[in-house]
Amino acid sequence: MNEFKGRTLSWQIVNGAIELALHRDPCNEIGSLTLEELEKFATALPLLANDAHALIIHSTLKAGFSAGADLRELFQRGQELDKAAALRGVREFLERIHSVMNALDAAPLTTIAAVHGVTFGGGFELALVCDIIVADRMARFCFPELRLGLIPGFGGIPRLKRDLGNAVVRDLLLTGRSFNVMKAQQIGLVSQIAAEGEALRIARATASQVGKFDGRTAAAAKEFMKPIPYAELKREIDIFCDLYSRPTVEEGLRRFVENEGPQPYLP
Amino acid sequence: MSVPASDHTLNEILNLAAAHFKVPREKLSPDEDFFKTLGIDSLQALDLLTRLEHHFSIELPDYELQGVSDFRTLANRIQARL
Repeated sequence: MNEFKGRTLSWQIVNGAIELALHRDPCNEIGSLTLEELEKFATALPLLANDAHALIIHSTLKAGFSAGADLRELFQRGQELDKAAALRGVREFLERIHSVMNALDAAPLTTIAAVHGVTFGGGFELALVCDIIVADRMARFCFPELRLGLIPGFGGIPRLKRDLGNAVVRDLLLTGRSFNVMKAQQIGLVSQIAAEGEALRIARATASQVGKFDGRTAAAAKEFMKPIPYAELKREIDIFCDLYSRPTVEEGLRRFVENEGPQPYLP
Repeated sequence: MSVPASDHTLNEILNLAAAHFKVPREKLSPDEDFFKTLGIDSLQALDLLTRLEHHFSIELPDYELQGVSDFRTLANRIQARL
């Protein structure tokens, strides 16, 4: 399926690069429907990779790349189900999203996240599975999960540790603060900065450059340079599920969901 | 503890906010709630924060904005980083 138009995302091949566009209003929150469509993409990816040398993931929404997990859906499920069923649902969701993230991380072609605006939580984790992050000047990154009594659950900590120094990872996680693209490049997270609105164009130029080299060589180099921390990723799911059961999480989610003020995304 | 902002810093912030959110400069007052005056939400406030960081070449952790909703206090926070 070389082309797909879904409700939360779409893909097509453009000049030898698969372009996966996220477009679920208001800011690509990752809930059940997005997960289903990401799974479709992960299933299609091996065949798509035969006709492409790169994958670019980007968002068509003004607000940003992705605000992360759909907290409203997570809260709602917690209210509708008994605690044991809700926890089982959370674990199942995490195992499925990890499967998608791992497939993207291991993809046999160069992957590029072209990000702008809000790139928070699960959205940040989606960018982290990519080989290269191109960010425009207005990109802002954050792992706000501690504000909710949780840790990142889509593979963020093991992947962040893979790419950055541990001291910086601790600062970002324990303060839950957001940071801009200059800081992101300074710490080695972002390799290219684009002018506002230009991230996709620069990602396409990067994909074009990558396409000049032998695909199998690039895949071998990537596998060598970028090991996937499977054991830590599994452990992250266990820790997340332990934390999820606590009352502080329900309260944190409730505060976020019921916040009628303008400030839910501020700490 | 915050450092009192210079008039210059405060004016730069007001000018930047007015230009970006396309609001007449004279409508912005240093001591009014900027969420209400600009009609913005937290995602747009983060956008403003990013622009201010670039403009002043500073890093301003967003937890320093906790409870901040007027330009004068925001300017004080920024001044402390200059």
